[in-house]
Amino acid sequence: MTRFGIPQFPGSCDETDTLLACARVGEAELLWHKDKDLKGVDVVVIPGGFSYGDYLRVGAIPPFSPVMQAVAEHAADGGLVLGICNGFQVLTEAGLLPGALLPNVNLSFTCRQVDLIVENTETPFTHECAPTERLSIPAKHTTGRYFAPTEMLNAMEAEGQVLLRYADGHNFNGSVNDIAGVCNEQRNVFGLMPHPEHAVDPLTGSDDGLKLFASLASAAPMALATGDAT
Amino acid sequence: MAVKATVLIRPKEGILDPQGEAVENALPALGFSGVSHVHVGRLVELEIEDPSQLESMCEKLLANPLIEDYEVVTK
Repeated sequence: MTRFGIPQFPGSCDETDTLLACARVGEAELLWHKDKDLKGVDVVVIPGGFSYGDYLRVGAIPPFSPVMQAVAEHAADGGLVLGICNGFQVLTEAGLLPGALLPNVNLSFTCRQVDLIVENTETPFTHECAPTERLSIPAKHTTGRYFAPTEMLNAMEAEGQVLLRYADGHNFNGSVNDIAGVCNEQRNVFGLMPHPEHAVDPLTGSDDGLKLFASLASAAPMALATGDAT
Repeated sequence: MAVKATVLIRPKEGILDPQGEAVENALPALGFSGVSHVHVGRLVELEIEDPSQLESMCEKLLANPLIEDYEVVTK
């Protein structure tokens, strides 16, 4: 069974929902920001929140924590890493994902359900989705405007690294090219601003988020066997 | 002997700065006119024994060079 580890930082706030979402498809446990190793987990999911108070710049300080050093090694070895919201911000600041997150164009914290279009299903994060499938998932953030310089952006688009885009009329934060989630070139690290962990039970309106966790659960043994996530 | 340094961090030119725009739009409402190109950034003050480290410090932590420009002022 795939083992998920969720690093918790001072200021994280979505670690419990992430833990419960992962536990629906595998075994899940919390890690602590001071942990120097990942306790042998197969997949790391960095949860949402305000790690280290979002001080200086969102996601700026966590990359220097012991647990993130271990996450960087895990990623370099081909291990799977998912970052949600603040987790996405942390991964860009750590240099594990391209681009950066800027304040929403409306300058406001916004909490709403968004529709996402799956752009690439040939990844460990999205292979349980159908091509161009529409997912309904909540988003809640202040700093979610994805940005990458033109050259970087064109390279990412050409490589199929944009995995999720906001559907027409759903890009409330002003992200370039309607980007909601991107992966690295090796396709073993993925970050997105919306919260799939809050959409795993029909009781809350949608369980579309479960598809991303199910994708990870079935892809992890492959990533481990080959040391390569593709 | 520590040197006092100020690091000014600004949004990179060409990147939409809604905070600067909001301030620019608020000023006329208070009767201030003729104000343009408003940008809002951050300021970090510190004391440092070896100022040659400042550049690297800005690149690695104080600023995100992908989205921000920085300027170091020592005195």
